[in-house]
This record gives sequence, structure tokens and C-alpha cells, in this order.
Amino acid sequence: MARIWMLGDNVNTDVIIPGRYNVTTDRAQLARYCLCEVLPEFSQQVQVGDVVMTGHNFGCGSSREHAPAALQACGVQVIIARSFARIFYRNAVNIGLPVLICEEAVVASADGQEIEVDLASGVIRNTTTGQTFQSQALDPFVARIVAAGGIIEYIRQEGTLR
Amino acid sequence: MGTLVEEIFSYKLGRAVEQGETVVVNVDRVMSHDTTTPLAIQAFRKLTRQDGGRVFDAKRSHIVFDHIIPAATIAAATLHRDIRTFAQEQDITILQEGICHQVMPERGYVIPGDIIVGADSHTCTYGALGAFGTGMGSTDIGVAYATGRAWFRIPQTINVRLEGRLAPGVYTKDVTFEVVRHLGVDGANYRAIEYTGGLVEQISVSERFTLCNMAIEMGGKAGLVAPDATTREWLRGRTDREYPMLAPRNPGYERVVVIDASQLQPLIACPPDVNNVVPVEEVEHVKIDQVFLGTCTNGRLDDLEIAANILRGRTISPQTRMVVIPASREVYLEAMRLGYLEIFARAGASVGTPGCGPCIGRHFGVLAPGERALTTMNRNFTGRMGDPTSEIYLGSPATVAATALTGHITDPRYFL
Ligand code: SF4
Repeated sequence: MARIWMLGDNVNTDVIIPGRYNVTTDRAQLARYCLCEVLPEFSQQVQVGDVVMTGHNFGCGSSREHAPAALQACGVQVIIARSFARIFYRNAVNIGLPVLICEEAVVASADGQEIEVDLASGVIRNTTTGQTFQSQALDPFVARIVAAGGIIEYIRQEGTLR
Repeated sequence: MGTLVEEIFSYKLGRAVEQGETVVVNVDRVMSHDTTTPLAIQAFRKLTRQDGGRVFDAKRSHIVFDHIIPAATIAAATLHRDIRTFAQEQDITILQEGICHQVMPERGYVIPGDIIVGADSHTCTYGALGAFGTGMGSTDIGVAYATGRAWFRIPQTINVRLEGRLAPGVYTKDVTFEVVRHLGVDGANYRAIEYTGGLVEQISVSERFTLCNMAIEMGGKAGLVAPDATTREWLRGRTDREYPMLAPRNPGYERVVVIDASQLQPLIACPPDVNNVVPVEEVEHVKIDQVFLGTCTNGRLDDLEIAANILRGRTISPQTRMVVIPASREVYLEAMRLGYLEIFARAGASVGTPGCGPCIGRHFGVLAPGERALTTMNRNFTGRMGDPTSEIYLGSPATVAATALTGHITDPRYFL
């Protein structure tokens, strides 16, 4: 069972990982300071497989890939948002951190509830309330990158970027 | 046929492209800076392990040290050292003469029709010269260093038409705030913004940089101005490459927003979101602990000139402090020659090395708990400049200079 960590709208990359702490590529360091200013308990309590849910425009602000990398390093399984900021979305896809867009699931869920997500079909089940949701289908090109597990793996498989 | 963005991609690909299409293109240049390069190198290494690992073209790969220069901590110095090793191995010249988005155009690396990807969200600034510049994360940039290629979804475009002349004391920065107020912080998400109209034709390339720089503050993928005589003039002496004077032809804009800039007054973007925009008079009582003039938004010569004209022969309030960071060495030297740096120093400001300065709270004027800054930056996220509780207000260079004199947010028109 995975827990839902619920965040609000317009969560920017400075909130996900403050600029002061991204002078590193060390994933343990990034995980330690992930969301440290808004949810100080997050990095301590998050379990591998947990789900972050959030409102509109998640990951707005700087292009720092440290933001999705920090969430990934914390063990977050998938981020479900009403909408994502473009660069964050792209970065997450590229590093193989699953991201789903599902307005209804976010509106109908609350922090601390239990959830199951089938990444292949995009079906989300809130096991606390028993409700099921279908997330938005991916762009076909993006779907190929996600299926490969990130853009590096995608290029390795294809031999080039095409 | 199409928007300026469609025209640029059609020109590059040699066939007509359309909005919504996903394309892979050869990019003209790839850029990353001291904070984002290490992760880009990781991605690059993962990808090129098998084939000796050379960048696609060392002359079109640019690494800029600007975010923490000179190194403020041992961690930063170590990052710089590791990046230098990579740059040497790849024959890449590291640029250490100012903010990436200022230095790239100054050196003639950005011309109309170019497609440039940078590991920094404000890469959209290059649209001011009629190029398609967009910010990406380090993995995309590592891939671009290795392959010279990137994938794009051709965005829908919002046309923002700016008309009218600006009243005294009102600047392009204030117009930019008005656009963000109008569209909202995700109003241009996944989209490009093309600026047109009488005001855009009148303003300088420097002001167009200010305008396009903040496209990302609305989630924009790019902000663009079609090249014109002003662009040509600015590029003279900076490049001898030929470039196409691309323009939108029968563009299918998603929407058109018209703003009459002659009605605007000086504006302030209050914390914590950039669309939290109010007329300066509504926040004039707010006490300010530090003002900061600089950044890729407003650290150019004309910005420094506006502030210097207000500060000439005056001293800043003892209630506040002022930091001035020219955007590049070129700006620094020109400002020195014209006496602006002396005006700032005599007024009591700290004048620093060209670069990002305190913009991301790493050095050169960080904020204490509960402190407030008024800056010419593009972002006012709480805590960006220091302690998590410190706040940032955004304004024009004139409003920042006027505020330095009083110690509280001040309408620049008192000092004109
Ligand atoms: S000046 Fe500020 S916004 Fe511009 S590139 Fe540097 S850190 Fe980013």
C-alpha cells in the first residue's frame, strides 16, 4: 500500500529542492532536503512506493533536474497532478520518474490516504475511498520514452534520438 | 506559413511543421551553467560510454560559470573543478564573464532562426533576437551535448500585442509584470508567446530581453520577437553569420492578448508569486532590508543607467543596503567607463562581479530570517534569496533605485 502525500498548486522547484541545497549531484543529499521547507517530515517519513499528489503547475520555476531527481531519490513511485509545468514534466519523463495527469483523482483524494497506481494503464485506485480514476493518455513519443525507462535508455535502444 | 515558432522549425527542418507535432531537430547550440552542468555530464557519460564520448561540436557547446562565481563554498569550488576537467577533455571553452543569457547573445552565439537549448529555464530570453531558445533539464542537455539533437513538441502560441507609449517612470519591466498578471503563472504553460505591436517595435533589444526572459514566469516554452532593423543593428559586429529574417506568416495563434501600455503605472510583483502584481502605491509603506539591481532580467547597461540617474549625487538610506551586479563583463566595463559604477559605490552600494549574484541565495547578499528584498529579478519565490522566511518583491530598476534611497518601496516618479 502506498501513501498519498498531498501538495497544493504551483509548487515550484525551489520548494521541491531549495537552490541552496542543489550544489550536489549526490542523490542521498537531494533526498534529505526534498520539500524540507514545506513538509519537513517528508524526507524522514516517505516510504519507497509512496505517491505525491498535487494541484496545478507542479514543478514550475527553474529547470533544475535536481527537483524530480530528489523526489525519485526519496522513492516516490509516481506524481499525479492536475497539471505539470513543462520543464519539470519533461525532466521527470527523461529520468524515468512516472508522472500522470488526473484532475479527478487529485480533487477526490486527501493527504494520508492509501492508493494503488497501475502505471501501464494509467488507472488510479484510491483504496481508502474505493474510487477509481483514469489518468490522461501520454503523447505517443513521450509514451515510448516512459516505456524505455527514460531518454538515455530510449536512445540506447533506438541507437539514436529520432 | 505559421507562427514565428512554426517558421523557425520549418526553416530548420526544410518542411512545413505544425503545432502539436513532435519533432526531433539538430540544435544550433547547447548551453549549461555551473549548477546544471554536473548532472548534464552524468547523462552525457551514461549515453556515450560506448563511443569515446565526444560532444557533438565543441564550438557550439557552451558552459558558462555564472551562478556561483567566484566559488563561494568548497562544494561550489569542487563542482567548478570537476566541470573544468570535463571542459578540458572536450575542448570546450568555459565562459566566465557574466550571466549565461547575457553572454551568449553578446558573443553572437544567438542569431535569428537559431534553435538553442539551455539547461536553464531562462533560455527563453534568446527569443528577443528571433531565435527559439528554451530551457531544459540536465538530461535533455546531456543528450544534446552527445547527439546535437533534441525533441520538441511544436507549441501553440499566444500573441501578446503591446501598444502605446510608456509614461515617464514606467519601463518594460512594468509591462512584463502586466503581461504576467494578465496571463497568470501557468497561462502560457507548454506554449510560446510572440510579442508584437507598436511598443515592441519601439523598444531596444535589451528591453526585449527583459520581456522574453519572463516568458517562463507564465510557464512559457519560449518568448519571441520577430527580428527587425533594431535586431540587425544590435547584431552588427557581434556575428558575421548570415541569418534569415523570419516573421510570422498567417499565424494561427491560440489567442491574442492586447495590452495598452500607455495606461500603466510602475508595478510591483509581491511575494510569493510573480502574478501577484499591484501598483507601487499600494505597497509603498513596505520596509525593505536590501535592494538588488542585476540579473538576466535587468542587469544590462540601460538598466544600470536608469538606476544611476536616480542615484547620482545621492546616498542610499541607512535603513537598507544595496547590491549591484552587472550582467556581464561587457556591461561592467561600459558602466565603469560611463561612471555608473562610481555613482553606485558613492551612493553606498556593493558592486559585485558579473554573474547571477544573490539571485538564488548562494552568496553576495543573502537574506536573514524575515527580511525583505526588492529586486530586479524575475522570481519572487519565498526563500529564494536566503532564509526560507525571507521575502522578495520585484520591480523595475527605477523602482529599485528609488527604494534604495528611502528604505521602503518607493514610486520612482518622485525622483525623476
Ligand atoms: S540571474 Fe538569476 S534568473 Fe538569471 S540565470 Fe542567473 S540565477 Fe537564473
